[in-house]
Amino acid sequence: MSADGDVKALRRKGRIVVVGASLAGLRAAETLRDQGFTGSLTLVGDEPYEPYDRPPLSKQVLLGLECAEDTALPRTRDIDAEWRLGVAAAGLDRAAKDVRLVNGDTLPYDRLLITTGTKARPWFHPEEAALDGVFVLRTRDDSARLFRKLAAGPRRVLVIGAGFTGSEIASVCRERDVEVTVAERAPAPLVGALGEVVATVAARLQRDHGVDLRCGVSVTALEGDPAGRLRRAHLSDGSAIDVDVAVVCLGALRNTEWLAGSGLAAGPRGVACDAGCRVFDANGIVTDDIYAAGDVARCPHPLFGYQFLSLEHWGNAVEQARIAAHNMLCASTDRRPHLWVPMFWSVQFGVNIKSVGVPTLGDQLVVAQGALDEARFVAVYGYRGRVIAAASFDAGKWLGFYQQQIEAGAPFPPDYALVDRRTDTLQPVDPAFPDPHLPTHEPTVTVTGHSPTERRVQFVAPHA
Amino acid sequence: MRLVVDLNRCQGFAQCAFLAPDVFALHGGEALLFTSRFDEALRDQVEQAAAACPVQAILVDFSDEPTKGAEGRVG
Repeated sequence: MSADGDVKALRRKGRIVVVGASLAGLRAAETLRDQGFTGSLTLVGDEPYEPYDRPPLSKQVLLGLECAEDTALPRTRDIDAEWRLGVAAAGLDRAAKDVRLVNGDTLPYDRLLITTGTKARPWFHPEEAALDGVFVLRTRDDSARLFRKLAAGPRRVLVIGAGFTGSEIASVCRERDVEVTVAERAPAPLVGALGEVVATVAARLQRDHGVDLRCGVSVTALEGDPAGRLRRAHLSDGSAIDVDVAVVCLGALRNTEWLAGSGLAAGPRGVACDAGCRVFDANGIVTDDIYAAGDVARCPHPLFGYQFLSLEHWGNAVEQARIAAHNMLCASTDRRPHLWVPMFWSVQFGVNIKSVGVPTLGDQLVVAQGALDEARFVAVYGYRGRVIAAASFDAGKWLGFYQQQIEAGAPFPPDYALVDRRTDTLQPVDPAFPDPHLPTHEPTVTVTGHSPTERRVQFVAPHA
Repeated sequence: MRLVVDLNRCQGFAQCAFLAPDVFALHGGEALLFTSRFDEALRDQVEQAAAACPVQAILVDFSDEPTKGAEGRVG
């Protein structure tokens, strides 16, 4: 049978399993039906809830403007799916082409889409993490629990880690008039995402709003009372703070454990796939029946040197899911690449922070509009003489322009006339990112086998 | 009824906050907050807001297809 014949049969009566029932999984399912897929469609989710929207969980929900239960995502169409909610996937057998669930069921598939996303990185010490008052924030339940705690009026909240989630939580605390300490290992909040030049503005915002921001320190221990309630946190500079709530905001871990032993290129950094969302096996060979999308996927982006990017961005989940769904159902000549330009936003201390492109690649930065000391500006990042990214504080309307510049490979620094341009800020400076050459991950693969025909790549668990 | 706003697209034009103030509000100079679930009585307002958005960032429910198949809490 020709490849196109297979595709026609697949569209009519194939079996598609989507593991991960959140934003990416839902949008992929809608796209599959939009594109005329009439076969059986199964969505697997480890949480017992229908797909919901996560960004409000660290903002509206914690502010009490909306209930965590009310964040269910709107549907663009009926998807006629079999939902398997509240049951996680436990394994994948590529030879038998089925997904095993934790309750022992198996789901056979002709095409599999992996959208299992990420989970919050837990506090490194399990006993301390179990103290009453220690939280992470990732799910609907996490948000509802933290909201109740904040509403009860804690004396002081400790936010561990000043990335976007941590900074948003600190902002909510101040808005609710709750005392908050933020402990960050880097020299300023958001340094990893935006570099120290811009991060200095974020640090000033926090301090201006009454946050006790402590940078260059890490939390070494959380101490509870005999009843198991959090009482005190110890910092690496030798100081201690009395707190009754600690929110651990140390980033996310990709949900790939269930793929262990499947032979896919899936590890702590995500599921590697090509620009068409087809997953690679551990040897770097592309599969044709397994796809990945959303936070868990890692794929090469032509605009950014074909680097494998894994993006925890709302818009990426939507766009990548649509591309994956389209490509699952079509002949190889009709497949489309995922060329979405990375884009994210955050709201903290009443300021709208947006970014387009990949700031972390930047080797130079100019403030093209506004000024850093007004907290209203656009910072443009250059990489080897090209515009590679832009970040805005309360100036989001300019970012569409910079997206075009990034897509067109425009020269850096920008030399055209700009609105609200301050000549004194147009001198390029080093954006001051942490040194990417410092290792943050252990190697996770090893080559096995003696003769050339036996040589294979095998994943090894990272050292604790 | 449910809605979601693509805040990548949103540029703070605030048309929605004028047309459906019970559902959309600006938080600070240009950041938008919205309530995801709204009352049927506000449907007209929200549809106007969605239509008026210059960047078409507001997605309102098309379908109320029930989600069946929750297996209860695991673990």
